[in-house]
Amino acid sequence: MSNIKQNASEEAEFAKPLYTPIKRRSFFMYAGATAGATALLLSGCDDDDNEIVTPNGTVNLGSGDVGVLNYAYALEQLEAAFYAQVKATPAADFSTLEKDYFNQVAAHEAIHRDFFKAAITRDAPGQIIPGLTPIFTSVDFTKRASVLATAKTFEDLGVAAYNGAGKYLKTPAYLVIAGQIVSVEARHAAYVRDLISPGSFADDSIIDANGLDKAMEPVEVVTAAQSFIKEKLDASRVGK
Amino acid sequence: MNILRIIEQLSEVDADVLGRFDSRRAVFKSLGNTAKMGALAAAPVFVSSLFSKAYGQTTTPSVVEVLNYALTLELLEEDFYKKMTAAGRVPAGVAAGAIATILKHETAHVKLLSDTIRALNGTPVTNVKFKTSAFPADYPTQLVVAQALEDTGVRAYKGQAGNLLGKMAGTTSLLQVALQIHSVEARHAAHIRGMRMQPAWIPASDSNLPAPLGPVYTGTIREDNVIQSNVNITSQLGTPYSANDAAASFDEILTMAEVLDASRAGGLVQG
Repeated sequence: MSNIKQNASEEAEFAKPLYTPIKRRSFFMYAGATAGATALLLSGCDDDDNEIVTPNGTVNLGSGDVGVLNYAYALEQLEAAFYAQVKATPAADFSTLEKDYFNQVAAHEAIHRDFFKAAITRDAPGQIIPGLTPIFTSVDFTKRASVLATAKTFEDLGVAAYNGAGKYLKTPAYLVIAGQIVSVEARHAAYVRDLISPGSFADDSIIDANGLDKAMEPVEVVTAAQSFIKEKLDASRVGK
Repeated sequence: MNILRIIEQLSEVDADVLGRFDSRRAVFKSLGNTAKMGALAAAPVFVSSLFSKAYGQTTTPSVVEVLNYALTLELLEEDFYKKMTAAGRVPAGVAAGAIATILKHETAHVKLLSDTIRALNGTPVTNVKFKTSAFPADYPTQLVVAQALEDTGVRAYKGQAGNLLGKMAGTTSLLQVALQIHSVEARHAAHIRGMRMQPAWIPASDSNLPAPLGPVYTGTIREDNVIQSNVNITSQLGTPYSANDAAASFDEILTMAEVLDASRAGGLVQG
């Protein structure tokens, strides 16, 4: 059977990931949706997309599933850049354990960013947004309190963003990935909140009377995050 | 798409792969038809459904079944924290405040899920209790069980997201509600882990812990998994990342059957 090849040339590009050896742990991925399947699904929904970066410098996150993935990628870029700076210039009043934990958080966010970059590039060629330019002038990285306050903003916002965007995904495999990431963001949020005020991991400022975390629409989230990003983001068609 | 290659590779890790499909002949016949039609675009969808049939759950649970499953876990958690509060071993101050906060949320989730199931003309499950004989007398072990329940809850909700895709109750997205509960469970888990001097996230080593915690982090996809969407996080992202960071940066699902297994939450329900 190993010599049989079907339509290899036509499909070589998007099917590439499928050719890599499958480990037992990962092959269940195929049961949800294959990488190839999502590639086609994604490429089908952007025919009338505008260009990704408009002449005035606005970054259009796009529509459909790829819009949601670009949206997540934009937020992960912001978080990753923030924690990279935290790691590079740790606040003087961080404890050794806090420094160690924030180095781990920095790795998680860098992984999320790099993962989205790889997945979007693979599954929706030519539709990924460029690298964004963070603006952290409002953050005093030398002060623990300033770093924690900003981290809390980003993590709570990230959780609300994923919670609000899940319903816009059409591909189950991507929904699961988003779910796998959002709970890690919620763990970060709880950790940072407890550092600011012990026991505030899920207080009434963030969890409502129904016991629900926040869920925010993409446009709301981008408005909240915009002051930290140089490029103007357009999330108006995310998931549409 | 070279499906023969995929099946061949699957057969290397799963000798029974062809037995999982209706029949060997049916697979190749379908493939032939697809190719004849020149419907290349349809092929990946076909492959996806093929593997879903072979490896997925045999039947997709109904929305009410999914919500009752979630309700069962919430009732179990609620009763556990009630027992924990009644046992009186939680230190006053931040610890007692945290347990009260978590109990309040579980009670709210029970009400919300019950109301939603009724609104969908279903019957909410009731009378799910934490097994008295499994309730630990000492506070440190109570926290171990709390961690097990919370991290199981996170994995359980995540495992049902796909079943709630596009499901509505009136104008409310049930998927969004489930996600909003899911992240609260993750916040709980993070805090309980902190009370036990553990990192808020799940390090790879947790998958090798002894029971009762170990099984919470195992399953078909273990929490020390480093491969996401066929990408090896440690080696295929340009920058190398440690296996521990790769594992901790993504939480993993548990299936309904895995959660309800006696080695996990299923074993904590009063019979």
